[in-house]
Amino acid sequence: MSSEKEHRVSRRQFLTYTLTGVGGFMAAGIALPLTRFALDPALEGGDEQEMVAVASVDELTEEPQRFDYSFEQEDAWHTSEVTQTAWLYLDGDEVVALSPVCTHLGCTVDWDSNEDFPNQFFCPCHGGRFEKDGVNVAGTPPTRPLDVYEMEVRDGTVYLGRPISRD
Amino acid sequence: MLQKIYDWVDERLDITPMWRDIADHEVPEHVNPAHHFSAFVYCFGGLTFFTVVIQILSGMFLTMYYVPDIINAYESVYYLQNEVTFGVIVRGMHHWGASLVIVMMFLHTLRVFFTGSYKKPRELNWVVGVLMFFVILGLGFTGYLLPWDMKAYFATVVGLEIAESVPVVGDFTKTLLAGGEIVGAQTLARFFAIHVFFLPGALLGLLGAHFYMIRKQGISGPL
Ligand code: FES
Repeated sequence: MSSEKEHRVSRRQFLTYTLTGVGGFMAAGIALPLTRFALDPALEGGDEQEMVAVASVDELTEEPQRFDYSFEQEDAWHTSEVTQTAWLYLDGDEVVALSPVCTHLGCTVDWDSNEDFPNQFFCPCHGGRFEKDGVNVAGTPPTRPLDVYEMEVRDGTVYLGRPISRD
Repeated sequence: MLQKIYDWVDERLDITPMWRDIADHEVPEHVNPAHHFSAFVYCFGGLTFFTVVIQILSGMFLTMYYVPDIINAYESVYYLQNEVTFGVIVRGMHHWGASLVIVMMFLHTLRVFFTGSYKKPRELNWVVGVLMFFVILGLGFTGYLLPWDMKAYFATVVGLEIAESVPVVGDFTKTLLAGGEIVGAQTLARFFAIHVFFLPGALLGLLGAHFYMIRKQGISGPL
């Protein structure tokens, strides 16, 4: 009995609780779909990118060569043709496919383009350098190796997917 | 915790009188459904406001995906409705809410009319209310075009014909609204601007006046 007395809820308190409860429920019912709707791009993750035929293995040498290729990119309701570049070379029998995007701030690197640094990938923006296998040269701005493309060799043709970070 | 934050702010800014002035006032017996159930008719004004708030919120979120352009408008609506999680719900809120605002507003108008609440000294508030009625119809009309499908297109064609049938200024009004001779790229862009910036701005201003007047004059007496 006494415990019931201690738990007496005044009329005002009861109303506060019920109104806050009902109000909160309604507010959540409105806020929840809106929030999830807005967060969708962050929660859904990127679309799968199809593998694109880029070059035939016969064309490749030990020396990195530049290959430009285009494919259909789906961007929500908009589909467009985009062009991407890959540096391809043979390491023994293995095909290596490097992304040309500098891991410092995203400029485009070029192979063997600076006389002072032969046989390296050179980035003109801040002098970033990478070895042939894409590993960044210590003491230059980039902090990790060049990304490698997701790759598949089928019937002598090299197919590339999305670039993958090697860190 | 919340109480402490409140006290901290209140101590510095003295906010209690502000919200008391807005929220803490007695509900007269004749508008309180707890006393006379029929007093629920006095809820329609508040419900209209509530649905308007939902329209504003869902509309803000829809513009995150919608593009007011004749090439992409339909595709972007299709995408946000079918590909984005809860897109159906958010667009559904805006779609059904639009009709609900008009229904609620109409019921509110009927109540004000049949309780004679528009009489002196509240004539001005009636005038503001009627202006809002038109603003909301305008929101419905301009919003209808935005999905840029067949229904939207032909509804707008007809709507503009109606505007054109007005004597003297009809032609001018139609061209101005459509942004040219045809319902096309310019029409969509300006309907979007009107729907999203001009009319909501006007509506908020009028709502402010509407609420200020009702607080100043109090609710009308019993029948
Ligand atoms: S972006 Fe390549 S070195 Fe800075």
